Amino acid sequence: MPTNYEAGTFDVIVVGAGHAGVEAAYAAARMGAKTLMLTINLDMIAFMPCNPSVGGPAKGIVVREIDALGGLMGKVIDKTHIQMRMLNTGKGPAVRALRAQADKFQYQHEMKRVLEEEPNLQIHQAMVDELIIEEGEIKGIITQIGAIYRAAAVIITSGTFLRGEIIIGNLKYSSGPNNQQPSIKLADNLKELGLDLIRFKTGTPPRVNNRTIDYSKTEIQPGDDVPRAFSYETTEYIMDQLPCWLTYTSEQTHKVIEDNLHLSPMFSGMIKGTGPRYCPSIEDKVTRFSDKPRHQIFLEPEGRNTREVYVQGLSTSLPEHVQKQLIASVPGLENAEMMRAGYAIEYDSVVPTQLWPTLETKKISGLYTAGQINGTSGYEEAAGQGLLAGMNAAAKILGREEIILSRSDAYMGVLIDDLVTKGTNEPYRLLTSRAEYRLLLRHDNADLRLTETGYKAGLISEERHAKFQLKKQRIEEELARLREVIIKPNETTQAVIRSVGGAELKDGIRGADLLKRTEMHYEHIASLIPSDVVLSEDEQEQIEIQLKYEGYIQKAMQQVEKMKKLENKKIPENIDYDAISGIATEARMKLKDVRPLSIAQASRIAGVNPADISILLVYIEQGKIARINMN
Amino acid sequence: MEFDTIAAISTPMGEGAIAIVRLSGDEAVEIADKLFKSPNGKHLTEVPSHTIHYGHLIDPKTGEVVEEVMLSLMRGPKTFTREDVVEINCHGGIISVNRVLQLVLRSGARLAEPGEFTKRAFLNGRIDLSQAEAVMDLIRAKTDRAMNVALGQMDGKLSRLIASLRQALLETLAQVEVNIDYPEYDDVEEMTIPVLLEKCSWVREEIIQLLQTSSQGKILREGLSTVILGRPNVGKSSLLNSLVQENKAIVTEIAGTTRDIIEEYVNVRGVPLRLVDTAGIRETEDIVERIGVERSREALKGADLILLVLNYGEELSIEDERLFETIQAMDYIVVVNKTDIERKIDLNRVHELAGKHRVVTTSLLKEEGIIELEEAIAALFFEGQIEANDLTYVSNARHIALLHQAQDTIEEALMAAESGVPVDMIQIDVTRTWEILGEIIGDTVQESLINQLFSQFCLGK
Repeated sequence: MPTNYEAGTFDVIVVGAGHAGVEAAYAAARMGAKTLMLTINLDMIAFMPCNPSVGGPAKGIVVREIDALGGLMGKVIDKTHIQMRMLNTGKGPAVRALRAQADKFQYQHEMKRVLEEEPNLQIHQAMVDELIIEEGEIKGIITQIGAIYRAAAVIITSGTFLRGEIIIGNLKYSSGPNNQQPSIKLADNLKELGLDLIRFKTGTPPRVNNRTIDYSKTEIQPGDDVPRAFSYETTEYIMDQLPCWLTYTSEQTHKVIEDNLHLSPMFSGMIKGTGPRYCPSIEDKVTRFSDKPRHQIFLEPEGRNTREVYVQGLSTSLPEHVQKQLIASVPGLENAEMMRAGYAIEYDSVVPTQLWPTLETKKISGLYTAGQINGTSGYEEAAGQGLLAGMNAAAKILGREEIILSRSDAYMGVLIDDLVTKGTNEPYRLLTSRAEYRLLLRHDNADLRLTETGYKAGLISEERHAKFQLKKQRIEEELARLREVIIKPNETTQAVIRSVGGAELKDGIRGADLLKRTEMHYEHIASLIPSDVVLSEDEQEQIEIQLKYEGYIQKAMQQVEKMKKLENKKIPENIDYDAISGIATEARMKLKDVRPLSIAQASRIAGVNPADISILLVYIEQGKIARINMN
Repeated sequence: MEFDTIAAISTPMGEGAIAIVRLSGDEAVEIADKLFKSPNGKHLTEVPSHTIHYGHLIDPKTGEVVEEVMLSLMRGPKTFTREDVVEINCHGGIISVNRVLQLVLRSGARLAEPGEFTKRAFLNGRIDLSQAEAVMDLIRAKTDRAMNVALGQMDGKLSRLIASLRQALLETLAQVEVNIDYPEYDDVEEMTIPVLLEKCSWVREEIIQLLQTSSQGKILREGLSTVILGRPNVGKSSLLNSLVQENKAIVTEIAGTTRDIIEEYVNVRGVPLRLVDTAGIRETEDIVERIGVERSREALKGADLILLVLNYGEELSIEDERLFETIQAMDYIVVVNKTDIERKIDLNRVHELAGKHRVVTTSLLKEEGIIELEEAIAALFFEGQIEANDLTYVSNARHIALLHQAQDTIEEALMAAESGVPVDMIQIDVTRTWEILGEIIGDTVQESLINQLFSQFCLGK
């Protein structure tokens, strides 16, 4: 037993320094809380244990949202990517998303450097074994070597480290990701404290040396040749990009899998944790979709200063010798040298319905959890939660208002609401289809949605805020102008319309209405009725989207308004569900479990039907009347 | 969703000269105004509160006159619910009141849940505390009963059909989603506008078909098609006249159409009867005489109910027996008329021929036995479950209103697709259609799409 010693007092302690931990620590520190970030290994800050990429549909929008709130992920990836692409450009604006291939080593270094610069943030290497709890409140933590750190708020961002176990073939050993030390005592401690844990599983593919790849048998996948960035603050763009490469599994791949399926821990029953459906192993894909002749394999460089290549699409937990045969069966990889084997990893998560929408645990006041520990998957999902947990922990310490994003504010709002209201029975990944208001949650308007929230929290600089307000004002003024000014059907106008293949005007038309035509763009309108102000590309895009999709946007806004009314019907925290007669038993159990903050949240719980909601409403109203009568 | 505008029939179903459809909520006046046409052209949005107005309800889609109504407009808070309330007084009887209800449901109101007006009255502070418990009990009891009725009501075939439409939509949606969430997958077929158009058109056709053929819908819209059958001079015309006079025949004269398709509805104890138009009935009379039983069989095709009229004062003829034979597989009631004259008919034989079918004796001349006949019709239609039927009809109206909404949304999707809107926007209306159809069969689980996504496609890194 180590001898305990008092190591210091902080406002906020963040346990873990992955994608959730770094955002949490940075946000808390920037908001003015004296913050300590602890990690088992300082060299693993913001490590990407799986694919070297950030963004993609839904996830890329989360990165924009993180940036709009004043978080780090967007800024850091903008400085450290090897390629960037805008996805879904052929589709509507709501589903456009950026994806970057990261230089995962540079990403870590840049993130560590930024955090080290932060005056209010102390970073220390230590494994946390125990939480100090007094009367249901967090008071601090104790490390493996006996250091006691005191704080009124603790955020646990343990990723896959909690009782982590790596599985390759029939081998299973206690480990964090990439052979890091696992965190075992903390898992036991959380259990003792009465938190419900659930076992999840995820996995990663093997890596190969690109010196041994025959790229002639693959297709090149370059980045966009226009400057792209996640962050609204980025001004320097990386144009020197590295391509990815596309190849496919072969008949031989499928045969290797079929011949060796009995060696897979997935099928032998060795893996008990639930894996994500959207991140299946190659053996899963081949068995579940046996009629598919081939599957895509993307070869993604792990960085600029390494030859290591991530083999996306070949996630597996088959024994190493089988993995080597699998690699050799893929065109282009016949002679590829495997540098690391793929593996599956099982870990403990906290059942997320035990959390308030601030990510504070209901059982222990001041204790927050964020990231993979809450049952999610993905760097972006983790970062978003980390940011909000950090903001809320700091807000609590500083006596400020809590920050809860709604489902119509942000993908992060959808993510957290889903977790704390519905829970999850597999690692949760954001998909655009999870957002019922996705037309409002766009890549292009993340700043319009969230900058003000970030500014109020103190995470957005005055300078950036002023710029943002100017942008907003210019957009509003130009929209108002276009709705006002009438374009006359003269020869100049008709010529512009003809040039894009549109139908000529019969009468005058307002600028806004002409812009609504599919073939018209802002530049056409501006050429006919020039504005005094030259708008930036961003501003022009915003005007086009807001006008062209006005009907759909308005419909969505109406739905949001209705939902907002229910969000505003708050449920008292001390409500006694057992005292309400008439609520169905299943609904009562769910309500007691989730303890929703509003009627809207209650209505989203599976198993709570409209009649239960009606009765709940009547009951709450009854309480109000009772209070008025007493007064 | 709370606080939207709700509507329901607030008078007992079936009987009564006047029925009331009540609307309550922020948009009550606006919705009513969309449908209401006053002879002097005034708008409901401009009239003072607590006033009554005469006019017509017009179907905004077709421009047809649906009903002649008196409409009371009461703005909150001096109303039962403390919200804006509009009460539409229309002709009694299932057909007319349901038409009105469906019209307001299609125009933006939502069908009120059981007890919802009372609930709102309470939530808006109209009812005092002591009544709260009762309100909660009411919600629970009525909802459970409504659920049972609604579920029991659903015809298995209809529910399967809707489920299959939803599955088709879901597969379409999953494909749109997979293109969005996994743009890098080159082996997933792109959901293109032509494919989407094809799928949506098919769903639209199916919905229209459903609206036309679903038996509940047909009966509510058209009434039970009823034929009065019998030899000459047994009193068929008298029976028709009695039914019409006793029961306030509703003659809807549809603007812009010819007299040929004037339809006559008779509301018998809440049962909507569509009596074959007068010409038709006279023709039936002729058929028996002129062409014989074989041909009359043809004429009876498609009838939901037969009223077979026999003469009390004459012996059963061979023709009578043949008529029994002709209609043996159909729903019919035997009316032995003219009890005011001396009996010559063998009633035992009549009962023997009628088997399980009801036999009623009447004297249409003396106005006797009509009540018994009406009760027999009602009993036949309601199958002894008259009590449950207010709810049954509500759920029917709900299904039909939802089907109309589904038709509207899928049509919006089609229009958007034709005008070059991106697939992921059209998807919004397709999703809405899928959700509305789900409401009909009580299935609105959100996870379905994501489940479909991962079972239909092989995805992931």
